[in-house]
Amino acid sequence: MRVWSLLKFYTILVYGFMFAPIVVVLLLAFNDAQFGGFPIQGISLRWFYKLAENDAILRALKTSLALGLCSMVIATTLGILAALALVRYPFKGKDIVTTFLISPILVPETVLAVGLLIFMRWLHMPRSFGLLVLGHSIIALPFVVLVVQARLTGIRTDYEEAARSLGAGPIQTFFSITFPLMMPAVFAGALFAFTLSFDNITATIFWRPSGMETVPTQIFGMLRNSVSPEINALGFVMICFTLGVPILAAGVARYFSKHKI
Amino acid sequence: MTQSDPRALKLLSPSLAFILAMVVIPMAFILVYSFYENIDLAVDRAAFQFGNWQELASDGYYHGAIWKTLRLSLIVTVLAAVLGYVPAYVIAMTQTPHKWLLLLLLIMPFWISFIIRTLSWIHIFGSQGAINSLLMALGFTDAPVAMMYNEFTVIVGFIHVFLPYMILNVYVSLDGIDRNLEPAARTLGATPWQAFVQVTLPLSLPGLAAGGLLVFVLTGGSYVTPLILGGPRDFLFANLIYDAIVTELNWPMGATLSFTLLVLLGSVVILYSRLMGLKQLSRALS
Repeated sequence: MRVWSLLKFYTILVYGFMFAPIVVVLLLAFNDAQFGGFPIQGISLRWFYKLAENDAILRALKTSLALGLCSMVIATTLGILAALALVRYPFKGKDIVTTFLISPILVPETVLAVGLLIFMRWLHMPRSFGLLVLGHSIIALPFVVLVVQARLTGIRTDYEEAARSLGAGPIQTFFSITFPLMMPAVFAGALFAFTLSFDNITATIFWRPSGMETVPTQIFGMLRNSVSPEINALGFVMICFTLGVPILAAGVARYFSKHKI
Repeated sequence: MTQSDPRALKLLSPSLAFILAMVVIPMAFILVYSFYENIDLAVDRAAFQFGNWQELASDGYYHGAIWKTLRLSLIVTVLAAVLGYVPAYVIAMTQTPHKWLLLLLLIMPFWISFIIRTLSWIHIFGSQGAINSLLMALGFTDAPVAMMYNEFTVIVGFIHVFLPYMILNVYVSLDGIDRNLEPAARTLGATPWQAFVQVTLPLSLPGLAAGGLLVFVLTGGSYVTPLILGGPRDFLFANLIYDAIVTELNWPMGATLSFTLLVLLGSVVILYSRLMGLKQLSRALS
């Protein structure tokens, strides 16, 4: 059918649009030239070596990892509890509560950032790493709730009831039945939270104390004049990492779903 | 009437308290702070005066920024809908068993660092970019053509970042449509186009609307993309907030502008939830 092939062609073009800039970064990371653009003047790994020696970027990477892990723990813990309540227990006003839980998504991030900053200023608390952790947690929380909630809906309660009737206490039931069944949901939520934190720049610029850089703000700071070749190399590493993690996650999810009881 | 389970409240209270403290109360503080008086760099005085609001109401600079933000958000939303609908439709309708892989591939850039994806357009349109070096290699031009740092590149950057939201939302609503409906319309004498316009398109509107809302609100609240890909005149309303807080250290004005942006984009969200409800949105985001 002619229309269908046209639609397919259009789709391929959109795929091209989505991937062209990414492919370009991947290519330019190996460019031997002095500047970060085209033409490609030979293949070399020198910018990766340069990157590995760049203290500012390594420091930013450490900050970002610590920040991502801390906010991941907070957002995932709170998010799982809230999602459990939404899926498992009846209560009045569920729609309003759900709307309230996703409200941080609906507030523009810039406004969220300024609001929290002004509140902290009123409390006489300066910008800090702690503020970044709390802020990133609040940005990730709604996504964790939604992702975990969607996964939890698929888990049946029969096994828990069976465990309870066989004499297991509520806590024992949670840790030996519910929690293992929830693992894929927990994993998906945690991964989402970490990625959102690691990638955040809009709010981070407002919340970070002076002198503290995360990977995105460090790149942003280096960008003022032009794209340096080191940024391309860093882009290569980050793209490989971020594409590798979801593929791994999908693999883990498939593993869990195949070995479901 | 359903009975409330006390355990639900226990599980919910940490999240609800956290959102209350980190989102709701700070929003109230923005409003309070907008009446404060700015004295000097980073120095302000608690007051109840309308100076900041008068400045906002009287200065055409701010009105221009509001107009520009709404216009650009609308352009990005419409283009994202046009670019995103067809791929979502093709993926939803193909018969291959690897459908999820096709979808995953298309929304994969969503996982890649926002700043890397944004700056990568400099490698496409910049003076040392792919297009310019191709043009020069082919001898069409001797000097690089200026294509970068204008409204066009800002729009391209926005679409690239927000298109996955649109595709995912449209896909979710298309995937939920009964496959027999379009053939049924065909047997009743509709042309393929009629069947699409009168059956499939209306049924996918909730997804299109949810995707559109997300793209509009996310674009309207951005300031980083114009800073990276735009020229000096390509700023959005959120850039003024950035300038007020980060550059000028004028906190009361920053609060005033923030509250204005919250009301502007918040009313779009409220309008949407009145029309469609927020259910669709939470369905596609998960």
